Amino acid sequence: MIRILCLGIAVGTAAALTPGLAAGRHFVVLAVAWIVVAVLLVTYATRRALVAKYLVPGTLLLVLFTVAPVLATVQMSTTNYGDGTRSTKEQTVARIVANSVVQAPDSPTFNLSVATTSDGEFMFFLVDRATNHAYAGNEQGLKELSQEAATVTKGFVTAAPGYTFLTPAQVNEAGPRLKEFAVPTADGAIRQRGLREAFEGRTTLRYEKPADTIVDQRTQTRYTVQRQGDREYFADSTGQRLSEQSWRASVGLENYRRAFTDSRILGGFLRIFGWTVVFAAGSVLLTFAVGLALAVMLNDPRVRGQKWYRSILLLPYAIPGFISILVWSGFFNQEFGLINSLTGLHVDWLGDPFWAKAALLLLNLWLGFPYMFLVATGALQAIPGELKEAATIDGAGGFTAFRKITLPLLLVAVGPILVASFAFNFNNFNVVELLTHGGPFTPDNPDAGATDILISYTVRLAFGAGGAQFGFAAAIATLLFVITGVLAAAQFRATRSLEEVH
Amino acid sequence: MRSRLLALIALTALLPTAACSGGDGGKGGEENQNEAKPSASAGANAQLVIWTSEAASRAVTPIAQKFGQENGITVDVQVIAADLAATAITANQAGNGPDILTLPNDFLGGALQNGTIKPLSLGAADLNAYEKSAVASVSRNGQVWALPYGMENLVLYRNTKAAPDAPATVEELVSTGQAAVKKGTVKRALSLPVGQEGDAYHMHPFFTSAGGSLFAMDASGQYDTTKVGIGTPESIAAAKKIAALGEKGSKVLSRSIDGSNAIAQFTEGNAAYLISGPWALADIRKSKIPYDITPVPPFRGGQPAAPFLGVQAFWMLSNAKNPAFAEEFVTRAMNTPEAMTAMYEQDPRPPVRSDVLAAVSAKDADMGKLAAGAKNATLLPDFPFMAGVWPPLGQAYAIIVGGADPASTMTKTGKTIENAVRAK
Repeated sequence: MIRILCLGIAVGTAAALTPGLAAGRHFVVLAVAWIVVAVLLVTYATRRALVAKYLVPGTLLLVLFTVAPVLATVQMSTTNYGDGTRSTKEQTVARIVANSVVQAPDSPTFNLSVATTSDGEFMFFLVDRATNHAYAGNEQGLKELSQEAATVTKGFVTAAPGYTFLTPAQVNEAGPRLKEFAVPTADGAIRQRGLREAFEGRTTLRYEKPADTIVDQRTQTRYTVQRQGDREYFADSTGQRLSEQSWRASVGLENYRRAFTDSRILGGFLRIFGWTVVFAAGSVLLTFAVGLALAVMLNDPRVRGQKWYRSILLLPYAIPGFISILVWSGFFNQEFGLINSLTGLHVDWLGDPFWAKAALLLLNLWLGFPYMFLVATGALQAIPGELKEAATIDGAGGFTAFRKITLPLLLVAVGPILVASFAFNFNNFNVVELLTHGGPFTPDNPDAGATDILISYTVRLAFGAGGAQFGFAAAIATLLFVITGVLAAAQFRATRSLEEVH
Repeated sequence: MRSRLLALIALTALLPTAACSGGDGGKGGEENQNEAKPSASAGANAQLVIWTSEAASRAVTPIAQKFGQENGITVDVQVIAADLAATAITANQAGNGPDILTLPNDFLGGALQNGTIKPLSLGAADLNAYEKSAVASVSRNGQVWALPYGMENLVLYRNTKAAPDAPATVEELVSTGQAAVKKGTVKRALSLPVGQEGDAYHMHPFFTSAGGSLFAMDASGQYDTTKVGIGTPESIAAAKKIAALGEKGSKVLSRSIDGSNAIAQFTEGNAAYLISGPWALADIRKSKIPYDITPVPPFRGGQPAAPFLGVQAFWMLSNAKNPAFAEEFVTRAMNTPEAMTAMYEQDPRPPVRSDVLAAVSAKDADMGKLAAGAKNATLLPDFPFMAGVWPPLGQAYAIIVGGADPASTMTKTGKTIENAVRAK
């Protein structure tokens, strides 16, 4: 019964989404939705595919949420998508031409009322502000209205037989269709401006599709498609651009070529990769060392008020990370910061590449040790006391017993957590972004800072200093994906070797 | 058996479908209600959506709500705290951006490059009531792309208790400021945001007064971007003067002062002088610190100190969901002396509508003083490649203030900037 209900909900959801997706022309999404439903139906409504019943959910989720984004990223990495190339060529041409409408000097301005005929055709009722003459106009042209043909109140046509007048909200609603609507005149066309006003304007540019050329109708200047840099523009014979707007195009492997040949980017990438590994490994080791040390100390039954100490140590964990990070970035201020004021030091925490890295590790230690403390305490308590007793009887001192008995047993339990913590810190964007923004930077490479990790570097490339370069950032993200894949494989091997201790 | 199963599935499939269409019906009803009785604000489905900064929202919200009531529509003014320009460009392209936004004139270049904005459909002649330079700052290719409302430029705020007289030169500013520190009236001479990443905008008056320039100017007073001024001998000489004010020099400039604490240093009475713009005025007035406003002074025997002139404006987006209401709001509702006065009252900065500026300056002496600071100003450049110019230049100032070698830093920065300019 539950099976039928779930399948029904899946089919129904797809059916409910269909009209909206079809109206929005999202046909790929629509096809994917129905393919997913079909796969679900075939698997669960029949009795044949027994193995598939167990594999389908995981596989579907993997395809939808991992494989599909990776493929989309790889696809984007072969385009020049970014600032100036966000739209298609058709959109760019349409926008350049539409934006070239200018009001002719000394041309009349009209009070506008928009009306429709019974079969939904638009009609502009206009009153010339200067002469108070009333007109009606549609795509066929403009004609003057006699006194009887329409009612004019306060300078606006408010009623005319056979027409329904639109309210402001309806005019707004009809926006997409009215955008194309203009009343042709000798000097150009009358267009809507806002809700209640119309003006006579002229489109100064014209697109000639066969020649793929935009012509300025005032000067007869012809703007042809020309490649400048990594993109194409409409430009005149001297190379002067008509508009800074270009369009999205495939650039093949150009982004990868740039990543591997531009010495600034390649150098930055390798250095940042090195620091990312140091940062992630250093954060894990430091937090684990401190957390474990505290856990071992507080696990000694001779300590009084264990619970109190433990609660206090968990406090950093209880404060939202964002707040801690912002407070700490204030602590690190060279002149007014708490750390320099308390210690009497004059360390340039956030301005010196070395100290900025130290500050980042210090902050991450503060944020991360309570978690490790918690995990280590739990694992310590799970180790039977007899083992330690046995070690003591065998003549092992406190430290030897810890090294030979407690630590190996602890690592079996904590090992996977350390690996996961490494992976988390490998992509720990928040700490870097909120404390140092990846800085300090040098003026000759404003894209790659001293404390940048790969993820903050990628985000900066995509949205940051040089303007949005989505295509290039996608190429870097693809490389990042390969690297993290290799790292993950190595980590899996490492955890397997830990399990063998058991 | 098989057919019964399918029938059951089909039956349950009707559940979400029905629920969904029921939801649609509810929404339709709600919209009808809105038409009958407009509510003050609605979510993303409002009939006019405006994105703005925190400061501007105080002024825009009441005007927009009045407009909503007059037209019987719902209006939503949303504060976008960070990266308003980049967010709007991306959102507009995706079709879920606002109808209108407020940003300074340097939005123009990037917005045109991405086809984000729509021209006003008002000619320059329709904007005769506005300062010509302000209209020019949002004009390109024969179109006016935004309705300007306020000017902003850097000025020198002075704590008159610490420094009774306005300094005529930077040297005087330093000596009087340091004298006040010695007397114990204040803790530091000057608060000018530098920060770890630097701030090319706030450093520009000192840089230009010391002989530096961002780009050469052509005969018509426009930026000549083929001639980058960073890395030239003049820029190195200017950087040396800035270094002399830095952490290894007179310590007037410090990387510890950044955008987050610069104004507070002045309003808490810690700094004798503050270099900032009209956005600081509201806080300074609230702090009750006795203050005066004068233009940023030049170095002794140097060039005039030229801050950037920014012009705040209303922009209409090309993919607006409510283009008619947006156009009505910008070209008619905002385009009135009353609305422009209301903008000034909530977000005090010199208006660019000449009649309003005259009326406001007569009542509020600070507005005239702020505007006077723009006398030597150059227009804030709006080239899209500026995104690759500001960060390295700011960074260069920051490390120069921190004690790095001015000559090699400026030379390296000049190369970076030339690359950024040439790439576009």
